[in-house]
Amino acid sequence: MKQASTPFQFVTASYLIRIGRERAVTLAELARGLHSCSDASIFHHTFQSLERQHYISFSNDFAQWALTGCNEAPLAERLAAIDIRDCTTIEGLRDSLTSSVDGYVKLNPSSSSRLSFEPFYFCEAFEFAVPRDERATTLAELEEGIRTSNLQTLHYHFINSRLRLHLQTNDFSHWIETAMELPELARRVDRIDIYMNTLDDLREELVRTIHPWVNQ
Amino acid sequence: MTVETKETNEVKEMREAKPVAAAMAHIDDYAAVVGQSEIGALRTFAKQLQGHRVKMVNSTAVGGGVAEILNRLIPLLDELGVPTRWEVITGGEQFFAVTKGFHNALHGAPYEGHDDWFEIFRNTNEENRHRMQFDEDVVVIHDPQPVALVNARDGSKSRWIWRCHIDLSHPSQEVWDFLRPYVERYDASVFSAPAFTQGLAIPQYLVSPTIDPLADKNRDLDPEFVRDVVERFGIDPSRPILTQISRFDRLKDPVGVIQAYRMVYRHNDCQLVLAGGGASDDPEGEAVLNEVKEAAAGNPDIHILNLPPWSHLEINALQRASTIVIQKSLREGFGLTVSEALWKKKPVVASAVGGIPSQVLHKLTGMLVHSVDGAAYQIRFLLSNPDFARRLGENGHEQVKENFLITHNLMRYMMLFLSLQKSN
Repeated sequence: MKQASTPFQFVTASYLIRIGRERAVTLAELARGLHSCSDASIFHHTFQSLERQHYISFSNDFAQWALTGCNEAPLAERLAAIDIRDCTTIEGLRDSLTSSVDGYVKLNPSSSSRLSFEPFYFCEAFEFAVPRDERATTLAELEEGIRTSNLQTLHYHFINSRLRLHLQTNDFSHWIETAMELPELARRVDRIDIYMNTLDDLREELVRTIHPWVNQ
Repeated sequence: MTVETKETNEVKEMREAKPVAAAMAHIDDYAAVVGQSEIGALRTFAKQLQGHRVKMVNSTAVGGGVAEILNRLIPLLDELGVPTRWEVITGGEQFFAVTKGFHNALHGAPYEGHDDWFEIFRNTNEENRHRMQFDEDVVVIHDPQPVALVNARDGSKSRWIWRCHIDLSHPSQEVWDFLRPYVERYDASVFSAPAFTQGLAIPQYLVSPTIDPLADKNRDLDPEFVRDVVERFGIDPSRPILTQISRFDRLKDPVGVIQAYRMVYRHNDCQLVLAGGGASDDPEGEAVLNEVKEAAAGNPDIHILNLPPWSHLEINALQRASTIVIQKSLREGFGLTVSEALWKKKPVVASAVGGIPSQVLHKLTGMLVHSVDGAAYQIRFLLSNPDFARRLGENGHEQVKENFLITHNLMRYMMLFLSLQKSN
């Protein structure tokens, strides 16, 4: 069985959510908030919201509020179309969000100061990650580690990894490509669409993708 | 006017019976519900807290959602290796009348306190402060009743957390001005929803209340047992059953539920069950129960069940037997009965107040309403569209599994303790 040049270090991750003092009741206030809120807040409402409430229409909180709080469907669609997989820094993501809202408000001044049905509350997510005893040096061990990771850990390795690596990839694909030298498998793993899957689905899809390569 | 009492012999017998301690589930038992990986993660973080001791204080050991959560949370924290001690403050009738007045006023009702209420509140908290010791690493004080215990932190290195289970978005200014200086002496506060906060100067964290899927109130039941319970209460299991489970409290609007039911009853054959009990810190329960009985008078299809606090299996059975579960609160902290119903895959019609909108996503995991008319309309809609109602229930179950099970609560508390440890 093929051995990795360096082991994959699994962690156990979870998040604590802090409620900010800032809130928005108009799109203009949302625009201001997006410029001034903390990185942890941008992270919470975009990266972290991907793991919650997969019944709702959009997976980032700003888009969801533009729709349900402000009834501004075009803006909601524009915000939802920002794919966090393209973002390797919070600053880059913040720029995309602010330019969308600023641009929309400029084109639709009457929407800017209209009161929303409900306020938007800026929150922040703080990540806790503890290295696990388990490390993977083969694909079989990686597969087993994925099977035994809790959902927030999968989120940590598959979604939030972009902010740590500053690369448009995830921890699993990065390791598969660099330590296992299997670029095709790395690409297939990275193609899994987290937007259309729950984290439980993601686990199944990861295992389904990796498993056929285990004995190759 | 004579108030019709529908207390059956069954309910009377239950009220006189002694509670039987249920077998407590262990942490590994939850793997069957949330997966072994989530239990492994809990153990990993618990190891980071080894050597830390925690105390939790609230105002009642039985009745109400807070006591229910603590009854399960504390043994599980202990089992994970985070020794946690639970203490309940003591107080006389006067004190609990004051705190009930505060509770209603913090929820936005007019404050009608007497001149000596603040003094009574301060004195009872002081008496409890002298009675208790606070040498743990973390002290978690639940809700406003014991909030002034924070006076005990002088000279102590403990980290103090105020866990607020109620909606503070529209408080009576007079009561909040009195309580706020106590709250801002804590290291951190915890709320059930962002909308409940008051822009405190101390950090405000979000921790949703949760249900225990293995507790008697939520665990799977044999359908025969469910049928037997329903029949014992004189309810016909072959006809649609609408149920609201809540203590008899005006903020739960039981009379509004009866009004909605009467509107539905004009078009649909169905029965209404209003089941609940009283918390030991709620002196208004009996008066409200009498109002409810009066409103229900004359309709044999309305079943009012004043159950003792240990009726978890019966409540579980009533929820499982229900066609629709209602939670028509006027104000709500979080409304855990909603998650209980969703866990049982029941379609829910609930008011868009407090923490309910985070559990009921309108038309996805239930129906949100804003009035008696709205409740009646959505109940009729669901009775006429059972396939849609079933889908709501199934989605609701997933929603609770992802967000509102006790394992999430354990994790959030441990994250909070770790965060305070780091900031120390």
